[in-house]
Amino acid sequence: MTTRKLLGSATILALVLLAACGGAEKPAEVAEKPAAEAPAGPPVDPATAATVTGKVVYKDGKPQPNRIRMDADAACAAMHGTPVFSHEVVVNDNGTLRYVFVYVKEGLDNRTFPTPKEPAVLDQRGCLYTPHVVGVQTNQDVKILNSDSTTHNIHPVPTNNREWNTSMPPGAEPLVKNFPREELLIPVKCNVHPWMKSYIGVLKHPFFAVTGIDGTFTLKGLPPGEYTIAAWQEKFGAVEQKVTVGPKETKTVDFTITPKAAGD
Amino acid sequence: MVAPPNTSLHRFALLTAAATFLLLAAGALVTSNDAGLAVPDWPLSYGTWMPPMVGNIFYEHGHRMVATVVGLLTTVLALWLCLKEPRRWVRRLGLVALGVVVLQGVLGGITVLFLLPRPVSIAHATLAQLFFCLAVSLAVFAGPAWREEAPKAVDASSPPLRRLSQATALALLAQLILGAAFRHSAAGIVPHLFGAAVVAFLVAWTARRVLVQFAAQPELVRSARMLAGLLAAQLLLGAGAYLARLGSAESAQPELFYVAATVAHVAAGGATLASSVVLTLWCYRRVSGPGESIALASTPQRATI
Repeated sequence: MTTRKLLGSATILALVLLAACGGAEKPAEVAEKPAAEAPAGPPVDPATAATVTGKVVYKDGKPQPNRIRMDADAACAAMHGTPVFSHEVVVNDNGTLRYVFVYVKEGLDNRTFPTPKEPAVLDQRGCLYTPHVVGVQTNQDVKILNSDSTTHNIHPVPTNNREWNTSMPPGAEPLVKNFPREELLIPVKCNVHPWMKSYIGVLKHPFFAVTGIDGTFTLKGLPPGEYTIAAWQEKFGAVEQKVTVGPKETKTVDFTITPKAAGD
Repeated sequence: MVAPPNTSLHRFALLTAAATFLLLAAGALVTSNDAGLAVPDWPLSYGTWMPPMVGNIFYEHGHRMVATVVGLLTTVLALWLCLKEPRRWVRRLGLVALGVVVLQGVLGGITVLFLLPRPVSIAHATLAQLFFCLAVSLAVFAGPAWREEAPKAVDASSPPLRRLSQATALALLAQLILGAAFRHSAAGIVPHLFGAAVVAFLVAWTARRVLVQFAAQPELVRSARMLAGLLAAQLLLGAGAYLARLGSAESAQPELFYVAATVAHVAAGGATLASSVVLTLWCYRRVSGPGESIALASTPQRATI
């Protein structure tokens, strides 16, 4: 065998080995080690903690929801007796928006917060993600379940954390993952069922909430101070407001999202 | 002496090329349905050879199955050529095709295991088109028409037809790469639209040259007509695919009309490139190059073409 042939064979073998040895985790361009922290700020005093509450109003009527076709997987279709619609834009009966991620964007300075021991739960149920939007703190566990009788793959597509793609057949053990870096928000998808989408917000602090069927949110336990509160919606982007809260004070911050104004 | 044509081998080469065309369409179905990562492992699918074919697993695993068939067909074709083909360069081309199909499979595996890195995905899409050209070329070389000796037509024009057809094929290849880059979100639509204008001009120029100056060369005329027809269809399909993309932007999942238009556009792109390669090959077979003696066509050196 000539040297050229040997080199050619070695190259192909190396490529095969490279492919075969690769895991389903994308090599992150950033190191997994958390960045060096600034000196920790003072802890929050519960006696002076304040609250910010409010609602997110949608200012463009009630858009026609996009229907999901689940006929590509009979098991999915069989789980629903009525039409299923996308959760991308859900306007509640009171004109508020559901699945908006509201959080403290600025104002906490270098305060640090313990990582919750309880995991957040993300379930694959009825070939949909439940909840559609979920918030966690950095390094907090996310427990992922497959409650369906069909195969899913769960695939977060972060930009600041490690990307991975894992299959979850029916009856699979819960999958426990975490995200060491702050990131807003990580799209999560199931490539088997392309309508399945979810978002995970990862923050260093616990001051976040997701609006529900009444479109409201509450951020409790805030130390007195001036904050920028942001409300993020997957289609319309984010809007922000500044608020100042004193000791034990409760302030209301209502957001209005219009398709044109949001995300500007 | 020219070896007698091997009809069975020719038919098998045609079958391999046809299967490769189906593989192109199967690959486009994967991309259009966003199914590239529906099966997270490779070379097995969910740890088995036959996973449940539900949802997008159908497209991804189906693509792997068609690819396996094409790999087997290419292996048989390469072995058959090694055993029965008298022309050494055709035998070697068969082995090159085998190497390319293996490399293409490995690239496909890397795209899955490394979560669709764009350069690898684009390389996978491009090599697919090149392999299809290789399979079609082998079918042409194995056919009886290629073996027929015929006097070469004189080409005294500038640029020479050989160069023009080569440039057209290269421009089409660049255009397919731009298309793959757009499909994999690595580039916008503008470069692809500019490329469409360039290839339309080059194809029209090449086809006109063939039809006007080389009307007595049936293989050239056939190839040029096919190229021009495919390009016209491809331009329409491209416009349709883009409109379908815009039209389905709000949908909860890839819509059928978007998938159909995109798959047709990708497959027709491969066919257009392959037809330009075939035209180029025939230009070398039936048209004299600059300074080339026409009598050379029937010398013993050329008898093994």
